[in-house]
Amino acid sequence: MSVAIDDVDPPVDGTSKPGRRKRVLSTGQATSRSLSSQPGRIIVYVLMFMWTVPTFGILVSSFRSEIDVKTSGWWKWFTDPSITLENYRRVLSSAPGDDNMAKFFMNSLIITIPSVILSVGIALLASYAFSWMKFKGRDWIFVAVVALLMVPLQMALVPLLQLFTGGAHIGTVTIFPDLSLTGTYIGVWIAHVAFGLPFCIFILKNFVSALPKELIEAARVDGAGHGTTFVKLVVPLSVPAIASLGIFQFMWIWNDYLIALIFAGRDKAPVTMKLAQVAGERGNAWHLLTAAGMVSMVLPIMVFFALQRYFVRGLLAGAVKG
Amino acid sequence: MAGVTLNSVNKVYDNGFHAIHDLDLEIQDEEFLVLVGPSGCGKSTALRMVAGLETITGGEMRIGDRVVNDVEPKDRDIAMVFQNYALYPHMSVYDNIGFALKLAKVPKAEIDERVRKAAEILELTSNLDRKPGQLSGGQRQRVAMGRAIVRQPSAFLMDEPLSNLDAKLRVQMRAEIAALQRQLAVTTLYVTHDQIEAMTMGDRVAVLKDGYLQQVDTPQNLYDRPVNLFVAAFIGSPSMNLCEAQLNGSELRFGSRSVALPDSLFAARPALRGFDGRKVIMGFRPEDLEDAAMSDDQDAAHRFSAQISLVEALGSELMVHFDLDAPPVDSGDPDAVEVIGEHATGVGRFSPRSGVRSGENVEIALDVANMHFFDPDSRLAVWG
Repeated sequence: MSVAIDDVDPPVDGTSKPGRRKRVLSTGQATSRSLSSQPGRIIVYVLMFMWTVPTFGILVSSFRSEIDVKTSGWWKWFTDPSITLENYRRVLSSAPGDDNMAKFFMNSLIITIPSVILSVGIALLASYAFSWMKFKGRDWIFVAVVALLMVPLQMALVPLLQLFTGGAHIGTVTIFPDLSLTGTYIGVWIAHVAFGLPFCIFILKNFVSALPKELIEAARVDGAGHGTTFVKLVVPLSVPAIASLGIFQFMWIWNDYLIALIFAGRDKAPVTMKLAQVAGERGNAWHLLTAAGMVSMVLPIMVFFALQRYFVRGLLAGAVKG
Repeated sequence: MAGVTLNSVNKVYDNGFHAIHDLDLEIQDEEFLVLVGPSGCGKSTALRMVAGLETITGGEMRIGDRVVNDVEPKDRDIAMVFQNYALYPHMSVYDNIGFALKLAKVPKAEIDERVRKAAEILELTSNLDRKPGQLSGGQRQRVAMGRAIVRQPSAFLMDEPLSNLDAKLRVQMRAEIAALQRQLAVTTLYVTHDQIEAMTMGDRVAVLKDGYLQQVDTPQNLYDRPVNLFVAAFIGSPSMNLCEAQLNGSELRFGSRSVALPDSLFAARPALRGFDGRKVIMGFRPEDLEDAAMSDDQDAAHRFSAQISLVEALGSELMVHFDLDAPPVDSGDPDAVEVIGEHATGVGRFSPRSGVRSGENVEIALDVANMHFFDPDSRLAVWG
């Protein structure tokens, strides 16, 4: 194990001798220390720069006029700066033209929020059952759920579409009625929740089963049944996991194009479909694409920063020893 | 208030492991009974079966007059204090203590009264609004106790509640818990691996090993008349000195040394005569040894000489480690230091005024009347 010796200023409390002291660091501390050193910092800055440049380019392009975007690269903006809000105006205007983003934005919200709530909620209930309830075949069912993670989305699209449009029948017996779910929000929700559950259950089960067993037992001795234990104990203590999974699910569903394309239909199309349309159908309208892309990024970024606060480390501090 | 009775209770796990064998234990009403034993002896399993957190494979469990084998923990009228406290981290101390009462739909005013009373007994009143994360180890321990007290149960069940506290705090809390139990007069079943806690806190102590009950008795009786080798070595700190010996008439020979046993000793242990001419296991406690120069007993037949390997000065006494050339004996305690080598070693507690030094060959006086003898085959104590 590598160690580093560090020069430390003495604490300012009047009790220690003056002068600097040496301190031995662990590997982790040493790594963080070397990353903060001059060469380490430079490498980190370079990586940051490389990763941010494309997004920055789009941002700059979104403020340039159509002609500028189509005739020169965005870096030319530094030598020949000019700002126009025409792209944003076209994209955000309330005129019922095809360029208007507002409707698609709404559709994205209507698709994403219930899907996230449903998938995380159901997964939380399932993870509690898999972790703290005893029933026959529990571990096998969990293995089956996790195994579903390996089923590619694309494989299930056609069967699911058939299910939505015709229902499922064996002979004359109806297993699933024909609800005509294509082109409805409900169909999209079902698809997103179904495809997202294996991952959500897997993540949440790992977290919920790591809660101290004594806590659940103490609640049991205090008189809490499964319901009370779930609501009053597991959910509050799972907030960090719920928050991070929620962010993940939100990003995934917001950015999804395939499920929306197959199940949502034109009038319920989310922002992703609109962006594809702007780039694809109109071919050469990429000045609008940049503005539309920026606009569609706003909400996920807001969600991320809002929920980041809930990554409370040490939430379980004080509950159990060690 | 009620007693707890275990009748031939057995616990067999799904993988076939037989954890508890035919445990018969009766805890009297208001009694403080300590379950003690080395790691893996089944004491926590037994406690959890009383709590209802483990199923009972065989036998009968009663709390009061009720058979509770299949009764849920919350309906057994018991309260448990866990080793790791198990406090609800997102709730205040007040809510932690009052949680069970809230679930039982006790009126708010009564909850408030009972929580505040418990907090007062445990000196937690100024901490009622804080969360467990803001408290010290000892305070968290008290909150865990408060949670149990406030329910006014028929029995307290405590699973090694002091093992996570530092030594000084442990000594203080030991006394507090014992005093609290006397004050509240609630039947208590207390599990620990620490035999000092067992001896100082229990009205009676039950010693377990490998799922079998070895002996249940008052602390003094366990110390004076252990029923077998394991109990003899387990109770008492430092452990009883053990080695193989040969009995010839009234001469007890161990290695190259011997002591003479008085008739009074045989009178107190009639069965010992049956070991004449045979091997027997002898045991003598460190506190029954003394530097011969300082001892009241001037009888040379009650002395032996030994080479001192180490002297530890504690201030109040000297712990003197010495070598014997007799064969050592394994007491069967899995937590004890492994017996290696062919010769036994011993420890004596000498007066602090003794001038013995490490490396010296010293005469050691032995209080032969307090010696213990064990059958080498059955490992049972030899008495009548």
